[in-house]
Amino acid sequence: MLLWTRRSKAIVWTVFGVLFTAVVLAPLVMIVLASFAGQWTGVFPSAFTGSHYADAFSGETFASLSVSLQTGVIASAVSVVLGTWAALAARGAPSRVRKLVDTVFHLPIAVPSVVLGLALLVAFSRPPLALNGTRWIVLLGHLMILLPFSYSTVSAAIARADPLLAQAAASLGASPARVLLKVRIPVLLPAMSASASLALAMSMGELGATMMLYPPDWRTLPASIFALTDRGQVFLASASTVLLLAVTLGGVVLLGLVRGRAAQR
Amino acid sequence: MSGLVLEAVAPRRVRERGQVRRGWLPWLLPPLVVLLGFFGYPLVLVAAQSLESKTGEFGLSVWAEVLGSSEFLDAAWRTVALALGSTVGCVLLGTFLALVIAFVPFPGARTLSRLVDTVLAFPSFLIALAFTFLYGSAGVFGSGGFLYSPWGVLLAEITFYTPFVMRPALAGFSQVSAAQMEVAASLGAKPGRVLWRVILPEAVPALASGACLTMLLAMNEFGIVLFLGAKDVTTLPTLIYSKGIVTFDFPQACVVAMVNVALSLVLYGTYRWAIGRGERRAAVDAA
Repeated sequence: MLLWTRRSKAIVWTVFGVLFTAVVLAPLVMIVLASFAGQWTGVFPSAFTGSHYADAFSGETFASLSVSLQTGVIASAVSVVLGTWAALAARGAPSRVRKLVDTVFHLPIAVPSVVLGLALLVAFSRPPLALNGTRWIVLLGHLMILLPFSYSTVSAAIARADPLLAQAAASLGASPARVLLKVRIPVLLPAMSASASLALAMSMGELGATMMLYPPDWRTLPASIFALTDRGQVFLASASTVLLLAVTLGGVVLLGLVRGRAAQR
Repeated sequence: MSGLVLEAVAPRRVRERGQVRRGWLPWLLPPLVVLLGFFGYPLVLVAAQSLESKTGEFGLSVWAEVLGSSEFLDAAWRTVALALGSTVGCVLLGTFLALVIAFVPFPGARTLSRLVDTVLAFPSFLIALAFTFLYGSAGVFGSGGFLYSPWGVLLAEITFYTPFVMRPALAGFSQVSAAQMEVAASLGAKPGRVLWRVILPEAVPALASGACLTMLLAMNEFGIVLFLGAKDVTTLPTLIYSKGIVTFDFPQACVVAMVNVALSLVLYGTYRWAIGRGERRAAVDAA
């Protein structure tokens, strides 16, 4: 629309192709290529093998994948429930309180994940709650990182939802609990599912807070991938990264299907 | 982090109406207690810890020690320089890529913009790992030490965060009306002038919020720096990590953390302000 001559279009598209390849495509292709590489001394791998995937599916790496998945599912579920709860409760509060709650629930976004990890270490290495060295501190860290995003997504959906629906239900004599369960929450299901997939993706890739917090028996996959690259096992690290992406995308797609069904109702 | 981008794109209602429900306080308390207990309380302890010297005295001695150390000053300078450099690079690159997708479209452009959405959900260390195969000693553009220098980290951050600018930029460009551009062009305006006078003014709020967000995220970036620059490049987050986990110097780590939080709060405030300005503009346009 902006350019009409064929030559100028061709030039712009060529530049675009080169830059887009460098920024978006090349990194993905490289990781996949490396995950199959048997040997890589020249420009491209000289031999290919599937053994890195066999390794990734066994032993330590697979245990880490399971840890990541459990952490992701639990942290996202709790974060969606708490975020929805907070957003609904804030909606009923006087507007000044609501604005304050809104700010407070958005604040964790502005705190770097490493700082959050440090803060949890400082706070929970001592009584009354000595959680340091347990898996709970990792789960807490992930929850605090996800919560503001869940709150924000659901709260935006509440602002868009039609308040008349709930008022109509109430005026017809439905009890507050019934209005909540039958009208207000079903309207929010698509947003809750969207925030769940976002939370899952974020939790599965989280590194900053996890590196500060993880105990030896609860090491997530990103932390294991870092340990692998640190030891020079870059091909196994690549295979594990591909595995991590595949599991994450699988989870997100699954939640998307749930969202589709919720929207149909 | 992709949540921030999605949030920036979805226009929220400017005036929010709602009824005050009776008994709102007991309902609000449980989530608020969780947040304050596991986020507010730990941060307060970090602030307190930073004021406590190794011998247990209360005062600013650790602050003076850290703020005067060359290690901290180097890391702080490097963090800000990397964040600024990445932001400039991402805005230029992201705006160009989004412009082509939006205004010089080609078959498959929509698929590409969906691919960009997917990339947003990926962890940043993926880029760092990919870079070892792209620019490492063995690899496509084998270039030895470049990868582990600040320039390698900068290039990795630009690569990772460019989609974070593209997403809001595409949303901003979608609000430019084709008719307006065609009128300008039919009146004889060259493409450069249409771009400068018609398209960019419309997209400035979206680009500004994208830029603030990129700067916030780049400043707090941990994965890329840890994977690539652990030896020579230290930023505030990796300094906190090495002080907290490697040398167990918690008071010093807490001081660096407070500085990092202060910097990113300023940027986050700017970001919210930029979004708010964009929304007000959208509201005026709609009216």
